[in-house]
Amino acid sequence: MTPQASFLNKGGIDSPIIRITGLTKQFNDVTALENLNLEIEKGELFGLLGPNGAGKTTLISILATILDATSGTATVCGFDVRREEDSVRKSIGIVFQDPSLDDELTGEENLDFHGRLYGMDPATRRERMDEVLNLVDLVDRRNGFVKTYSGGMRRRLEIARGLMHRPQVLFLDEPTLGLDPQTRRKIWNYIRNLKKSFGMTIILTTHYMDEADQLCSRIAVIDRGGIVAMDTPEGLKARLGGEVLELETPVVRKDFLTDLRNSDDVGNVTLEDGKLFLTVRNGESFVPKVFEIAQNLGIEISSVSMRKPNLEDVFIKLTGREIRDDTVRAPKERMRIFMRRTRR
Amino acid sequence: MNFASTVYTLWLREMKRFKRNRSRLFGSMALPVLFLLVLGSGFSGFFQYRSGVSYIQFIGPGIIGMQLLFSSMFGGLTVLWDKQFGFLKEILVAPISRIGIMAGTTLGTVTTSMAKAMVFLIALIVGGLVKADPAGVALALVYMFLISAAFVSLGIAFAARMSDPHGFQLVMNFLIMPVFFLSGALFPLENLPGWLTVLTRANPLTYGIDGMRFALGGFSLFSPVWDLAALLGFWVFTTVAGAVLFRRMPA
Repeated sequence: MTPQASFLNKGGIDSPIIRITGLTKQFNDVTALENLNLEIEKGELFGLLGPNGAGKTTLISILATILDATSGTATVCGFDVRREEDSVRKSIGIVFQDPSLDDELTGEENLDFHGRLYGMDPATRRERMDEVLNLVDLVDRRNGFVKTYSGGMRRRLEIARGLMHRPQVLFLDEPTLGLDPQTRRKIWNYIRNLKKSFGMTIILTTHYMDEADQLCSRIAVIDRGGIVAMDTPEGLKARLGGEVLELETPVVRKDFLTDLRNSDDVGNVTLEDGKLFLTVRNGESFVPKVFEIAQNLGIEISSVSMRKPNLEDVFIKLTGREIRDDTVRAPKERMRIFMRRTRR
Repeated sequence: MNFASTVYTLWLREMKRFKRNRSRLFGSMALPVLFLLVLGSGFSGFFQYRSGVSYIQFIGPGIIGMQLLFSSMFGGLTVLWDKQFGFLKEILVAPISRIGIMAGTTLGTVTTSMAKAMVFLIALIVGGLVKADPAGVALALVYMFLISAAFVSLGIAFAARMSDPHGFQLVMNFLIMPVFFLSGALFPLENLPGWLTVLTRANPLTYGIDGMRFALGGFSLFSPVWDLAALLGFWVFTTVAGAVLFRRMPA
């Protein structure tokens, strides 16, 4: 039996596959999401980018029907996430941020369990299992117990599982969190392949700038429960102007900063670890000007470098702060891994 | 997806895990074996009850009840470990009913508890300590099922409200011991002091063990019909409570 929901979009063919209107979520006195509006089109690889605690997982949980919003509405494939829970669940697949496998079962048994829960007959289960295990390169480890899998293998198995019932929309919540760079690259490739082979809509949350940049066709930058910007990665970067100049001087002088800020070509000036970052419209022609300004003030410049802006720069500009790496979550993650080993 | 296949899927998972974990199986049977053999022989000299009923014959059904109580109440632990390790989310986000999930989990633990209790039942029959009358054994199985199903649901009701497996184990031990000691598993309930009489009569396990004594030994304190009715009432209560709490459980 194929899930009928994969042919349905109650809202009609052209309407957005996800429509979020005025969504608010309050946890006691903390507002996790505030009056959020968002539309995602069918076939997009959409990124939700933001620091930990920005509200990304809360948003995904509401869309996946496992959390109720305080107010506002959301539809997935035209189904209301609160009133048409079952239809939503049939149309989505989700890879949770935290591990969600049964490690006393084998990889294949985890998939079989999933197939049964989604009402697949034995033949379909076998066929889909082969298909998704192939996609994530786990065919030769299918009969191994999950407790013997590495972090990357577990993640791949979870992705395979999320695909097994051919969802119309796949949610990936921090799919590469805590994985080494090589494994991350591999998982990026799997995600790109998914889009190519199934054409499904993928919604990905991440706090890694490069991940959003590499994968997504459109990105919503989320901070403190709201969307602060939404565009293509290129569009977001273009907002910064042309290039980013990185300057080092022996001492950072206020009058130098002021003069730079007053210059017509400079968009944004930030100071970080004793380095100056300037966003400028035309880097090549601006470099001589920087030296001119410095010379007028009698300041020596010890190094200059120029690069294209990345999403990190965009994020800093939009929110006024850096996207912090995983300082809060990391100990918890390690703890989970430790607990897995000592479980029972 | 229909209800029956949800139940079967959850049940099947419990079976797979049960089969693979021998240490848990034998570990949970060690204490009842100890009680049966050591207490059963140790107290036999002092024991005076109805004529022809030795102490080990008296506590046989009590030990079956003990095994069922312990392994059933701890069944809720599956739910808590699944919560702790995220697997519960995978189950709760699937397009299946919560009641089906609870029924499947319950049935899985009832099956494993019954399997362990059957080991004792068979040992008692083989050892000639209980009557091997088929109708009696069948009736005993009914009581066994009700004891197990009721206490599994009670365990799940607690598990639905809690998040820490270690805390759950503490709470369960705190509940299990009084229920066990006040059930008449180890001593006759006739001629007890007033306060103890009240406590033992308020204990649902009392009726399960009394019913098994009737079915397997032909002696009992209450009428077997009353035993059955009390146990059924308790089963309905814990099932409804468990279902309500499990449905309200946040993912």
